[in-house]
Amino acid sequence: MDLHTLIPVIYLIAAITFVLGLKGLSGPKTAVNGNRIAAAGMLLAVAATFFDIEFQSYGVTGLVVTLAGIIVGGAAGFVGARLVKMTAMPQMVALFNGAGGGSAALVSILELMRSLGTDGRTMGQAGSSMLGLMIGAISFSGSAIAFGKLQGLITPRSFKYAGQQFVTSILFGGMLILAALLTLSVGGYVAVPQLLVLTAVAILALLFGIALVMPIGGADMPVVISLLNAFTGLAVAAAGFVLDNQLLIVAGTLVGASGTILTRLMSKAMNRSIANVLFGAFGSAPAAEVGMTGRVDDGRTVRATTAEDAATLLAYARNVIIVPGYGLAVAQAQHNVRELADLLESRGVNVVYAIHPVAGRMPGHMNVLLAEANVPYEKLMDMDAVNPEFPRADVALVIGANDVTNPAARSSKGSPIYGMPILDVDKAAQVIVIKRSMKPGFAGIDNDLYLDPKTQMLFGDAKEAVAKLVAGVKAS
Amino acid sequence: MSAEAIVGLYVFVLAIFVGNEVISKVPSTLHTPLMSGANAIHGIIVIGAMLVSAAVGGPLGLALGFLAVVLGTANVVGGFVVTDRMLAMFKQRPGAGGPKK
Repeated sequence: MDLHTLIPVIYLIAAITFVLGLKGLSGPKTAVNGNRIAAAGMLLAVAATFFDIEFQSYGVTGLVVTLAGIIVGGAAGFVGARLVKMTAMPQMVALFNGAGGGSAALVSILELMRSLGTDGRTMGQAGSSMLGLMIGAISFSGSAIAFGKLQGLITPRSFKYAGQQFVTSILFGGMLILAALLTLSVGGYVAVPQLLVLTAVAILALLFGIALVMPIGGADMPVVISLLNAFTGLAVAAAGFVLDNQLLIVAGTLVGASGTILTRLMSKAMNRSIANVLFGAFGSAPAAEVGMTGRVDDGRTVRATTAEDAATLLAYARNVIIVPGYGLAVAQAQHNVRELADLLESRGVNVVYAIHPVAGRMPGHMNVLLAEANVPYEKLMDMDAVNPEFPRADVALVIGANDVTNPAARSSKGSPIYGMPILDVDKAAQVIVIKRSMKPGFAGIDNDLYLDPKTQMLFGDAKEAVAKLVAGVKAS
Repeated sequence: MSAEAIVGLYVFVLAIFVGNEVISKVPSTLHTPLMSGANAIHGIIVIGAMLVSAAVGGPLGLALGFLAVVLGTANVVGGFVVTDRMLAMFKQRPGAGGPKK
């Protein structure tokens, strides 16, 4: 048997390893091996491609260019992935996602450039190429903006200007029309300067990706990252159609499905549609800020506490629920939190963690942060499991979480977050909130929880505040 | 519609079902590694990049092809390594509490 005929079989094996890799993620015990199996499948597929007749027909130049690309890209990916801090994970994922999107867009461009001169291509293939180009380019520039926002290079807040929706629509419409024209021209229905139109579509898609992500604020990033992940997957699948490569179709579609499912889960967790997240970023209405003295119109006051008092409360509690949020990630307080939890448990206090689906900046962000601090994953409870526990909790300790604990989501119909599923923190007997200031959260609204008579505010950086709590618990 | 396109569509539709089936079983604890692992998998575009890279020829084709391979490989390698690092943190450690095998 010729080696070349084996290549499709190897691609099939690779496709199977990808499915197994994703299947492994159904539990933490099988996940590590699953990921390695998928990586091995990938290596096998790339190695097999070197023996492809088409690839070999390119001769030494193709081989040299490819090997150089693999060495440069592999080194960059490896070094980046090894050096990145765990807290910078969301932006790293965005960066790698953008790289994949960019690669898919380039493959589509190259394929179009190859086919434009010849008659061998159909409109279907040209259309797939245009799709791959557009989706890949949107994913590339969108991920770059998401990276910038998460890294703090660009303002993480929603960026808005007058006529924004109009400009975005023009970019989107123009891109689609030009792509359709180019596809028709391949079929011979219209005559356009093809290379020029191709370039224009690429540029419009890049601009549209920027316009799409710029108005989206930091707290909506879990939705955006999942969506861009799905985009890259679909761009890869489209490239698979053009190249008649089933492995690309399978891999791209699997990723597209995973990204789509995560996107839907994330928007459901915020009780907002994907369109609302993308185009209706809230937080534009200025909220009345409550000062540190905490006196608001209706006479209720914010009660500040000291680390010593809060520590005493925790030390003599029986059930404590810790509610982590983005503030914990920013302050990198996960190790201190683990220390506090260990200390409390050694005193016989029962400690669990309540994880809201959209806490943090990417799906599962809190889980991965706390796992880094060796918190056993059995202690991490998701929203549906933990909410019935709050009435039985003596103390709920909220660390850097805001909007996901706001009771207004349940009660106040006029609130922008009304209907969003929240953690029922206010049902605990006592609530301690660690927060840097009284500034409202991303949604730009005040949190009634802070005015609740059983809530005590411990102002300060999450890491320092938790460290003080640890010292306080040791002393009591 | 060509036979290849139909085969492609079959593969596409069936992969959607497989993807849905497999991914809906992933617990929320592992959503970050899921995203990152899926991220690595779409790096398979690197074989697409290899297959078209030199086909166009000329300096422009080679430059774009080189860039496509670089980006694709960075996606694959970075994605798998980051996912591996994440998953290493989910391993049970002695003394970490919780049930042991």
